[in-house]
Amino acid sequence: MSTAILYGLCSAVLVGLGLFGLITHPQPLRKILAFNLIGSGVFLLFGVVARRGAAAGFGGDPVPQALVITGLVVAFAATALAAALLLRLFQETGRATLRSDD
Amino acid sequence: MAFDAVLAALVLGVAIWTVAVRDTFAAVVGFVTFGLLVALIWVRLAAPDVALTEAALGSGLTGGLLVAASARLARTEAEATSELPGAVLQIAAAIVSVWVSAGLIALVLLLPEAAPTLAPNVAANIAATGLQNPVTAVLMAFRAIDTLLEVAVLLLALVGMWSLAPDHLWGGAPGRREPSDPDGVLTFVAQLLVPVGILVAIHIFWVGSVAPGGEFQGATILAAMWILATMAGLANTPPVMRRSLRLLLVAGSAVFFTIGFAGFVIAGAFLAYPANYAKLLILIIEIPLTLSIAATLALLVAGPPEQEPE
Repeated sequence: MSTAILYGLCSAVLVGLGLFGLITHPQPLRKILAFNLIGSGVFLLFGVVARRGAAAGFGGDPVPQALVITGLVVAFAATALAAALLLRLFQETGRATLRSDD
Repeated sequence: MAFDAVLAALVLGVAIWTVAVRDTFAAVVGFVTFGLLVALIWVRLAAPDVALTEAALGSGLTGGLLVAASARLARTEAEATSELPGAVLQIAAAIVSVWVSAGLIALVLLLPEAAPTLAPNVAANIAATGLQNPVTAVLMAFRAIDTLLEVAVLLLALVGMWSLAPDHLWGGAPGRREPSDPDGVLTFVAQLLVPVGILVAIHIFWVGSVAPGGEFQGATILAAMWILATMAGLANTPPVMRRSLRLLLVAGSAVFFTIGFAGFVIAGAFLAYPANYAKLLILIIEIPLTLSIAATLALLVAGPPEQEPE
């Protein structure tokens, strides 16, 4: 098994772990964290594909690597916006929950 | 290989901790550790540019943001734990997650033996850009439109965040004003670290054309230095109404768009660079772009306006 495949398996498990946290955690902040774990797993899968595409003297295919850099920045922006929405919800209601039964 | 197996196991262990631990603050600390370990994986996957971005942005700035949020939400912790879903939902979620993981594992194992790659195309055309770092060449030349749209997304996220301000605070400065303690340790650290950090950021930005680094990594370090200075009370975040701040935020995309449209005239296509001037034009875009991205990232961490407008 090559190094790339090993990390590919690791990222596949990361996506599952993140998904489990996203569904089961009641706290929105924990859901944001779990969502970032899914994101890391997906980005690493890109990295595995890039590593396997090593050619022409490059250690990896630079196109997916550049896409991941773009993705990391956008993921950060989305996380910041989600955290701000959550803090605003807390400011308005004094609670930080997604429950809608009251 | 043994190193890789240990690293993969460590990453999975920290990820499980992040999901399973009861305390949210502990989970955030786990996430920061996780980000640093993932940066190591990126090094092992021969992607040092991504490793730098992951360490600075994915672990550093995201971690700082989430630590601040978890501190403010600490009061809601006890109530939230009473909302844990029932066993049925937990088991169903576990089954779905295992399925998704199994599907991805199958995909990884079934990847085609002759891996598809664009590396030869990049190698064949990189000379035309005047750059030597292939990732920067992709970001600034071959797929420059992705980068352009990404900068636009960053600005949109910032507009979205600012619009969360209550009416009476609109136009004020983001975040809380930190008191300055001239004898404090944080002040000392900030005074010592910020000038060095700015130099490191400029270096990382500058070497990006030939070595791992570039505008995003440099901008993230610049943003971190800005945040450190405001945390220590050495500087206040400028109010969102200030014209110079607005100009700084849009400068990068404005120059990018201008040179992009000029491409129609001087090179026959949107975002095309004329031969021999590619590197110069990329540099002209990159300098304001780095400053704009740094300001946007720092303001995204600072949050919506929370101080009374002047």
